[in-house]
Amino acid sequence: MSKSPNILLPALGVTGIVLGGAYGTMTRGYKADEAEIARAHAQAAQAQLVEQRAMASDLKTQIAMVQDTAKAKIAELEARPAASASLTAPAPEREGAFGLGREALVEELAAWDVDVLPDGRGLPIGTGNALDGEELFADRCAACHGDFAEGVDNWPVLAGGFNTLADEDPVKTVGSYWPHLSTVYDYVYRSMPFGEAGTLSPDETYAIVAYILYSNDLIDDEFELSNKTLGSFEMPNKDGFVIDDRPEAEYAAWSAEPCMSNCKDEVTVTMRSVFLVNTPEDGGSESVINDATPEGLPSFTAAGASFIPEAEAQPKAAEEVAAVAAEEPVNEAAELIAAGDKVFKKCKACHAVGAGAKNKSGPQLNALMGRKMGSIEGFKYSKVFKAAAEKGRTWDATSLSEFLAKPKAYMKGTKMSFSGLKKDSDLEAISAYLASFSE
Amino acid sequence: MDEMHKPSRRAFLRGSAAVAAGTVAGAASAQSADPLITDVQDWASITGAGVDETPYGMPIEYESHVVRRNVEWLTASPISSINFTPIHALEGTITPQGCAFERHHSGAIEMKKDDYRLMINGLVDKPLVFTYADLERFPRENHVYFCECAANTGMEWAGAQLNGVQFTHGMIHNMEYTGVPLRALLNEAGLGAAGDLRDKWVYVEGADASSNGRSIPMEKALDDVLVAFKANGEALRMEHGYPVRLVVPGWEGNMWVKWIRRIEVSDTPTESREETSKYTDVLEDGIARKWTWVMDAKSVITSPSPQMPIEHGKGPLVISGLAWSGHGQITRVDVSKDGGITWETARLGKQGDTKALTRFYHDINWDGAPMLLQARAMDETGYVQPTKEQLRDVRGENSVYHNNCIQTWYVNAEGIAENVEVS
Ligand code: HEC
Ligand code: HEC
Repeated sequence: MSKSPNILLPALGVTGIVLGGAYGTMTRGYKADEAEIARAHAQAAQAQLVEQRAMASDLKTQIAMVQDTAKAKIAELEARPAASASLTAPAPEREGAFGLGREALVEELAAWDVDVLPDGRGLPIGTGNALDGEELFADRCAACHGDFAEGVDNWPVLAGGFNTLADEDPVKTVGSYWPHLSTVYDYVYRSMPFGEAGTLSPDETYAIVAYILYSNDLIDDEFELSNKTLGSFEMPNKDGFVIDDRPEAEYAAWSAEPCMSNCKDEVTVTMRSVFLVNTPEDGGSESVINDATPEGLPSFTAAGASFIPEAEAQPKAAEEVAAVAAEEPVNEAAELIAAGDKVFKKCKACHAVGAGAKNKSGPQLNALMGRKMGSIEGFKYSKVFKAAAEKGRTWDATSLSEFLAKPKAYMKGTKMSFSGLKKDSDLEAISAYLASFSE
Repeated sequence: MDEMHKPSRRAFLRGSAAVAAGTVAGAASAQSADPLITDVQDWASITGAGVDETPYGMPIEYESHVVRRNVEWLTASPISSINFTPIHALEGTITPQGCAFERHHSGAIEMKKDDYRLMINGLVDKPLVFTYADLERFPRENHVYFCECAANTGMEWAGAQLNGVQFTHGMIHNMEYTGVPLRALLNEAGLGAAGDLRDKWVYVEGADASSNGRSIPMEKALDDVLVAFKANGEALRMEHGYPVRLVVPGWEGNMWVKWIRRIEVSDTPTESREETSKYTDVLEDGIARKWTWVMDAKSVITSPSPQMPIEHGKGPLVISGLAWSGHGQITRVDVSKDGGITWETARLGKQGDTKALTRFYHDINWDGAPMLLQARAMDETGYVQPTKEQLRDVRGENSVYHNNCIQTWYVNAEGIAENVEVS
C-alpha cells in the first residue's frame, strides 16, 4: 500500500518532484533505482525553483530547505555570469547586416508597393467619374454589393447609413463611416472584386470609387475623381475617430484590488442564450432558437441558489415547446398557422417571409408552395439545389415536410445547416404557415 | 482464454474485487466485476496498427468531435469567414494547429516555400527581397503566444447569444512559434533612412487576394514582433499562413498577417480598410476608437460549460479554464460559483508565459446545487477583467470588437450549463 509516495505531490510541480525524490530516498528498498533517478532530476530542477511559490503551508520546512538549496545553486550560477547569460538569450543582433537577401528591383517595388496613404501619396495617375463607374459597378460589383451599393444578403453594404453611428445597430458604410477616401481606392484596387482581386485598372478604380461616392450622395455625376482630387477629398466621418483611450478611460478604473466576498446582495439571470448550438458529427454547427426564459431559475445570494428547480429549467429547444402548443386540440386553419408562426422562429435567423422579405443567409420563402426549388434569383444555392432547379422540381406540402424533417438527408449536400423538425405537428404547422404567404 | 483459468479461481477473484471496492470510502462501488477488467479484451489479445499506418497521425476516431466549427449564418461566404477552436475540449495551453481557429478574408491559399518572397521597402537604406531560405539563416527565437481575433466574444455584446464556449470564446489559439525577430529584418535593410524612429510605422501586408494590410507602430515592430515560419514545432498550416506569417504578441489577430509578403517602413499609418472600416470600436455616441491593438486581460471557464456538462453528479469537480492578457503575464484568476457575490482564487496550472494562455483550475466538491460560474483574470499591470456592465458603461453596446467581459455559465442541478447574462 505504501508504494505511491504522496497524493499531494502532483499539485506541487517542481517542488513535488524534489520532495518526491526525498521521499523515495526515505522509503529506500522499494524502487531504489527510481529514487536515484528522481534525485538526479531534482538537482537539475533546482535552478527553476526560485520562482516557485510555496503552495502548502504544512510543507513549509521542506520548501525552505529546498529553497536554500536553490539559492545556493543560483549564487553558484551567478558566479559564472557569462555562461548563464547565454543560456536563454534573445537572438543575437548585429551592428551591420548579415548580408542576406538581395536588393529589390524598381519593377518589383512598382508591382507590390501600391498602397495608398491618406494624403494621396501612392496613387497612380488616372481619372474616372460616376457615370463610367455605374456601368463598371453593375458589371463587377453589384452581384454582391447591389446595384446601388446597398448590399445583397449578408454581403457588405457600401452606401447610406448616415447618422446611424450612435444608434443601436450602426450602419457602417463607406459614406457613413470611412474616414479617408484613400482607403476606398486602396482596398478596391487591391482586394476587389472578391474572387478577382487585382484586375481593375487605375482608371476603372477611380470610376468605381466615384460611383460609390455618388451612391452615397457625396458627389454629383460630373465630378472627376483623379490622383489630383482624391487625396484632398474630405469624408463625412473624418473626425469620427479617437486614438485608443482605454488607458485613461478604463485601465485606471479597473485596476483596483477586486472584491472577494459579499460583492453583491443578490444575482439573478436576466437573459438566457438566444441560440442553442448543435454540433453535428460531420462538422459545422446548427443554431436553434432557445425558447427558455429566465423565469423559474433560482436567484443567488451569498448563501447560494434560492432553490433547486425541477429539471424543466434546462435549456430546451424551441421545437419541444412549440410541440406542446401544437398538440392541443387545434384543427382550425388559423390555429395551425399560429402554431406555424411559432415554429418559424427556428427559421428566422436565416429566412424571411412576408411583405418585402429579402434573402438572408437562406432564400426568402414567399409563395413557396408550387415554387420551383432553388429558384430565387441572386441567391447562391448549393449544388444539390441547383440540380433540383434544373430538374424543375417544385415545393409542395409533401416535399417540404420531407425536406424539413431531415434537410441533410433529403437534400444531400445542402448548405442549410438546420437539424430538422422532429414533430409531425410542427411540420404540418410550418407548411400551413408558409402556404399562407402566397405573394 | 477462459479455459486457462479454473472457474473456482475466477469466482474468488471476482468476489474479492467487489469487496475491496466496497471498502474504499467515497469510491463508487461496483455491483459486479467489470468485464473490461475480467474478460480479455480484443486489444489485449490481437495486435494493433503497425508503424507507418498513418505517416502523419490524426487524432483517434473517438475524438473526431473535437474540431473547429463555424456558424454559417454569421457570414455571407465561408471564403471570408471565421471558425472556432474547440477550447471546451482542449486542456493545458498549447492549441494543436489542426483545430486552431481560422479567419480568412479571401480564403486560405496554397503557396510553396520556393514561391515565397518577402519584400522590405519604404524608408530603409536598401529595399530588400528575401526568400524563405534566407529567413532560415537569421538567428531565430521560440516563444509561446496567444492569437485572439478582436471579434472573439463579439456576438455577446448583444447579450447571451451562442450556447458554447467554442462559439463565445473560440477565436483564440496559443502556439509555440519559431521565427526571426522583425527587428533583425529591419536592421538588415537599414533604418538610417527612417531618421527618428519614434513616429515611424511599418505597414505589413499578405500575399493573398485580400492582402489584409495593417500599420504597426515602429516601437512595437522593434519590440517583440516575429516573422514566424514554424508553430508547435512543425511548419505552419496553410490556414495559418504557410509558409510565413507575422506574430504580433498580445495584439489583435488581424494584425498577425498571414502569407506576409511586404513590410514597408513609413512616416504615417496607411489607414487601410482593416484599420478603419473594420477593427475600430464604435462607442455609444457614434465616435469610434481606432488603434485599439492590445487584447486586454480575459478569462473563461472551459469546463464545465454548455458543451461540457457535468456528467458525474455530486462530489469532486474540476473547474478548468483559460486566462490571457495582451499586456503580459496572468498573475491571478478568481472563480465565483454564485454569479460574482463570492470569489475564490483559482490555482494556475503553471505560471503563465507573457502574452500566452494560462490554464487555471478550481477543484471543488460540488454539492449538486445550481451555480452561476464566472472567472475573473488579473494581469501583471494590476488590471482586473471587467464585467459586461462595466464595459457597457464605458463603451455602450455598439462595439463589435474587444469584448473581454466576465462570462457567466448557469449550471443547473443536472450539471447542464448554459450561457446566461446576470444582474
Ligand atoms: C462575389 C462577391 C463580391 C463582389 C463581386 C465584390 N465584392 Fe466587395 N466585398 C465582398 C466581400 C465578401 C467583402 C468583405 C471581405 C472581407 O471579409 O474582408 C467585400 C468588401 C468590400 C468593401 C469593404 C466593405 C467594408 O465595409 O469594409 C468594399 C468597399 C467593396 N467590397 C467594394 C467592391 C467593389 C468596388 C467591387 C467591384 C469592383 C466589389 N466589391 C465586388 C464581396 C464582393
Ligand atoms: C442556419 C440557417 C437556416 C435555418 C435555421 C433554416 N434554413 Fe432553410 N435554408 C437555408 C439555406 C442556406 C438554404 C439554401 C439551401 C441550399 O442552397 O443548399 C435554405 C433553403 C430552404 C428552403 C428551400 C428554398 C428554395 O428556394 O428552394 C426551404 C423551403 C427552407 N430552407 C425552409 C426552412 C424552414 C421552414 C426552416 C425552419 C424550420 C429553415 N429553412 C431553417 C438556411 C437555413
